[in-house]
Amino acid sequence: MTQLPNSTDRKMGLVIDLDTCVGCHACVISCKGWNTENYGAPLSDQDAYGGNPSGTFLNRVHSYEVQPADGHAQLIHFPKSCLHCEDAPCVTVCPTGASYKRVEDGIVLVNESDCIGCGLCAWSCPYGARELDVTEGVMKKCTLCVDRIYNENLPEVDRIPSCVRTCPAGARHFGDLGDPDSDVSKLVAERGGMDLMPEMGTKPVNKYLPPRPKDTIEEQIDILAPLLAPVAEEPKGFLGWLDKTLEKL
Amino acid sequence: MHPAPSVIIFTTLSGLGFGLLFFLGLGFPAVSGWIAFVFFAIAYGMAVGGLMASTFHLGHPERALKAFTQWKTSWLSREGWCAVLALIVMGLYAIGAVFLGQVWSLLGWIGALFSLATVFTTSMIYTQLKTIPRWNMNLTPVMFLSFSLAGGALLAGQTSAALPLLLIAALVQMLYWRKGDQALASSGTDLGTATGLGARGTVRAFEPPHTGTNYLLREFVHVVGRKHAEKLRVISFVLAFVLPVLLLVLPFNHFFALLAVASHLAGVATSRWLFFAQAEHVVGLYYGKR
Repeated sequence: MTQLPNSTDRKMGLVIDLDTCVGCHACVISCKGWNTENYGAPLSDQDAYGGNPSGTFLNRVHSYEVQPADGHAQLIHFPKSCLHCEDAPCVTVCPTGASYKRVEDGIVLVNESDCIGCGLCAWSCPYGARELDVTEGVMKKCTLCVDRIYNENLPEVDRIPSCVRTCPAGARHFGDLGDPDSDVSKLVAERGGMDLMPEMGTKPVNKYLPPRPKDTIEEQIDILAPLLAPVAEEPKGFLGWLDKTLEKL
Repeated sequence: MHPAPSVIIFTTLSGLGFGLLFFLGLGFPAVSGWIAFVFFAIAYGMAVGGLMASTFHLGHPERALKAFTQWKTSWLSREGWCAVLALIVMGLYAIGAVFLGQVWSLLGWIGALFSLATVFTTSMIYTQLKTIPRWNMNLTPVMFLSFSLAGGALLAGQTSAALPLLLIAALVQMLYWRKGDQALASSGTDLGTATGLGARGTVRAFEPPHTGTNYLLREFVHVVGRKHAEKLRVISFVLAFVLPVLLLVLPFNHFFALLAVASHLAGVATSRWLFFAQAEHVVGLYYGKR
């Protein structure tokens, strides 16, 4: 079971647009909301309302500052979840066969009833995509919302991962990255989608679209300012009288 | 990495226990009867005790038997097989030596081989992880094996073998620390490659995903005690190698031998604590903690 398939029929995955992400964390919340009450064990929290809260999440949003050699620093919000790697080290290290990659769509899943909670798969993941649930003692990870995407009880518009459905900025896209004609593959080709830590040899399916170059600031920045000079006309008539009278008081 | 007591006890005790079984299997010392019983009891106590300790950190130890199924890909599964085979074969060999006065040397050789294979597979669990450059080195299995052989020779009372083996293990330890300290830097992985934004400028972690802590930070981003690492290295080196070698050079005495074993055990345990505590998992980069 923990042998990786030579190839998968499809490579379902996410494309995350770092140019568009506004860092609102809505995907984090909707992921937790959906996945805590559907596939597998709930995503537990410890001391949720106390002084030291901590919990299991399948998707987390970091924020990074990039300072170019010259010019202004740029803030980039960075959602991170399982990248459903083609060469997933988390699958081959698993001693029980609980961790596996599906042949039909390439989704990496955990069979929680076989998981002994040794944590080795999380050790082998460079991306921090797997978290051992403290309450359940089993490994949790992104399922690509496997219980949504094929779920015929849901309206068709909802048959995409919860994070993609929720994103208010349209920064997350879902599709088959193995099909060069799919919308996501075209998007990746057009925007130069990239892998995270390619040197790890994991061959991630999920791609990240780099931020577009920002506008450069020209000398004449304020072309509208002259047109927006404050217009303060002296009031006349009754209002003028009222103004003067109130001034005297 | 979080230096969990369960894995430190496991790798330290099992390493020594299987090292002792290796020498017993080869017939050094050639013991029988009650003396053999004591030797095998010590070896099994350490090897099995260590293996038991390793199950303490499991989320579901009751499912541990499932870990024997994936030997084709998983070093952890292979380790389970080697350990069980070594213990069974050496158990049969021990029955011959203790109760029947028989030396089944072929069985002993096979048991010795599986004992070393257990230590090797344990080391490969760590070595295979590209995510932890300090472990992902050829020197990691060399270190585990050299420690196990040196400790095994010491426990087996094989002074003439223990001396050179301790010196070799000491040398390997020094090389491991030297190379390990550069491992993360020379791996080429940094926040730039982690985010794919490195070509655009200097990347700095601005905001973590949560104000609190999480599993990843607890498990992979251990920083407590790093400041004492240099001192602990000296302590570990003196206890594991310098003191036992000095005690072995002195005229033989059972008390000195016991002291040498105790000192070596404490030194190896300290070295193992450092092995985990100093290991930098690349996921820490995402949190700006490297």
